[in-house]
Amino acid sequence: MAEIHLNDLAHSYLAAPTADSDYAIRRMNHVWQQGGAYALLGPSGCGKSTLLNIISGLLAPSEGEVRFDDRVVNRLPPEERNIAQVFQFPVVYDTMTVFDNLAFPLRNQRQPEHKVQSRVREIAQVLELEDLLTRRASNLTADEKQKVSMGRGLVRDDVAAILFDEPLTVIDPHLKWKLRRKLKQIHEQFNITMVYVTHDQLEASTFADKIAVMYEGRIVQFGTPRELFEDPAHTFVGYFIGSPGMNLASITLESQGVRLGTGEDAPLLHLPRALLATLAERKGELKLGIRPEFVELEASDSSSAAAVPDTREHWLSGQVTLVQDLGTYKVVDLDIGGGCLFKARIEEDALLPTGRVRLRLPARWQRFYLDEHLLDLSQAGAPDSGEADSFARGESGGPVRGEDDQRPGGNA
Amino acid sequence: MQRTHNNRAWWLVLPVVIVVAFSAIIPMMTVVNYSVQDIFDPSTRFFVGTEWYREILRDERLHDSLIRQFVYSFAVLAIEIPLGIAVALSMPRKGFMVSLCMILLALPLLIPWNVVGTIWQIIGREDIGLYGWALGQLGIDYNYASNPADAWVTVLVMDVWHWTSLVALLCYSGLRAIPDVYYQAARIDRASPWAVFRYIQLPKLKSVLLIGIMLRFMDSFMIYTEPFVLTGGGPGTTTTFLSQTLTQMAIGQFDLGRAAAFSLIYFLIILLVSWLFYTAMTHQDSDDA
Repeated sequence: MAEIHLNDLAHSYLAAPTADSDYAIRRMNHVWQQGGAYALLGPSGCGKSTLLNIISGLLAPSEGEVRFDDRVVNRLPPEERNIAQVFQFPVVYDTMTVFDNLAFPLRNQRQPEHKVQSRVREIAQVLELEDLLTRRASNLTADEKQKVSMGRGLVRDDVAAILFDEPLTVIDPHLKWKLRRKLKQIHEQFNITMVYVTHDQLEASTFADKIAVMYEGRIVQFGTPRELFEDPAHTFVGYFIGSPGMNLASITLESQGVRLGTGEDAPLLHLPRALLATLAERKGELKLGIRPEFVELEASDSSSAAAVPDTREHWLSGQVTLVQDLGTYKVVDLDIGGGCLFKARIEEDALLPTGRVRLRLPARWQRFYLDEHLLDLSQAGAPDSGEADSFARGESGGPVRGEDDQRPGGNA
Repeated sequence: MQRTHNNRAWWLVLPVVIVVAFSAIIPMMTVVNYSVQDIFDPSTRFFVGTEWYREILRDERLHDSLIRQFVYSFAVLAIEIPLGIAVALSMPRKGFMVSLCMILLALPLLIPWNVVGTIWQIIGREDIGLYGWALGQLGIDYNYASNPADAWVTVLVMDVWHWTSLVALLCYSGLRAIPDVYYQAARIDRASPWAVFRYIQLPKLKSVLLIGIMLRFMDSFMIYTEPFVLTGGGPGTTTTFLSQTLTQMAIGQFDLGRAAAFSLIYFLIILLVSWLFYTAMTHQDSDDA
């Protein structure tokens, strides 16, 4: 049992890294608590697998240290760490039976045979592999093989953490769900730290209590699925989590509000003075973000095509360009001018907007980013928490969505 | 379901039939033809049925030759397969040394058989040959021309020198094809180097080893040139293998009938043993559960 600390950890595959971009893992500090179910979420090539291999010891980090509790394990090979790892492609020892596969790690440790027998049977029962114990591992299906590879991690009683490297990639969709639930059960039953690498937000949020989102070699946010959804700490998190991703627009400050995007038709969003004053103190590139779930639409009273700017606070007007019906909900594409394309997610049975519409961006769900990082404006009193909000979480779906819900990569 | 039959489609098969007929069937049937007749000259021929076959099967000289051949082939396999695997395992995985090793290994494969025989004939001589002379200096009484054991050792060493590379290169390519993740999983499972070899490398090498074993078996079972150049089959008949016996019979004695019967039996033995190897090695795939 161990708490995994990453202290000032960095890794580069180059011999003499100089620029930030030479690093696969940029300097980071992180703690995985004992017994947690974590997901490491990020796009391909963001360093997820590198980080995992550093924790398991398959890779030695170029800088910083990895500690299991008080023990620095940087230079320890995987065999001397109490870690199990499950890989993307199931690894089984083809010539052995399922039983021998599961017994393999124990026999390598020279455990007494009666212990091996009882332990293997126990794990086989948990994984529902009992009927397959005498089968040759090469003849199993992909999901059975993956269960066997997980089982080899679970049989060892010295394992402090199990690392999963996109373990369900090669599994049939209908079996993914079953296996993921199995994993969750095992986690509850065995109190083992589990770190689950994936690029699928749905997989991450159904498996993990807390998700670490990785982007360009950094963990840009570490939080519960709800935190990632409501308060993305980085524009990338806003874009990557959610379906569709967060609406983002760069803004310039004016006396009445902020101007979104660029160009002559860039719309002005009227905002409270206090908020504008706070924003004015920050130096750097500012962005406004709002989740499509929280954008409220209202048919425009002027049915003519004339674009009348809305001067109410938090209101914009826009032109509907596309409505996508995604089954349980619809996504409305809105051209609000200034080169900004916003999306709004509306319920399936909601009235379909056409032509020009008005958009309300509830202050509570507006997020401001300075150089891509979330601005903490809580003391500025700007997004007033007192505002009556019809967008309670349950109504808008929340971060966890349907099984086949893949995130399209659209944002403003 | 109604199928359409069009007999003209057979014309499409014709080119293949012609090629196979001239390359395999006709020569083979010629041999069969010889094996059932006693031919004195083109107009004087007698059908003798299975007489040649019965004679061949009783021939003491052939029995000895056949036993020698089996001993030789199995000795070749027993040495070259493990040695080839060992060489492949100890080869570097990356860097310029890989190319260097590959070239060095490929060199013996490029040398013609009779040149190999000549090389070893000279190098093994105790008066002017490096190995023969060195062994003499070490106080070992070595003479491949007069001592049957020495002749055997020399013929075997020559074959090992010539052909182990083939097995090694095959195994090396097989090893390279094993994904890294297997080794990583093995490390996490704390597998010993032996366990890695036994449960990952060897099983994954099975298909290339099958090819290696079959090739080396067939080749060594038909070996002719090298021992012929090196020892001429001697001393006595101690290194006279099947193909040399056959050649003596067919060309030396011009005994075409018996030689033809012998050829067919020879062919069937190779076919049978290869089939046995193949079945034995692929059989394990089935589930014994």
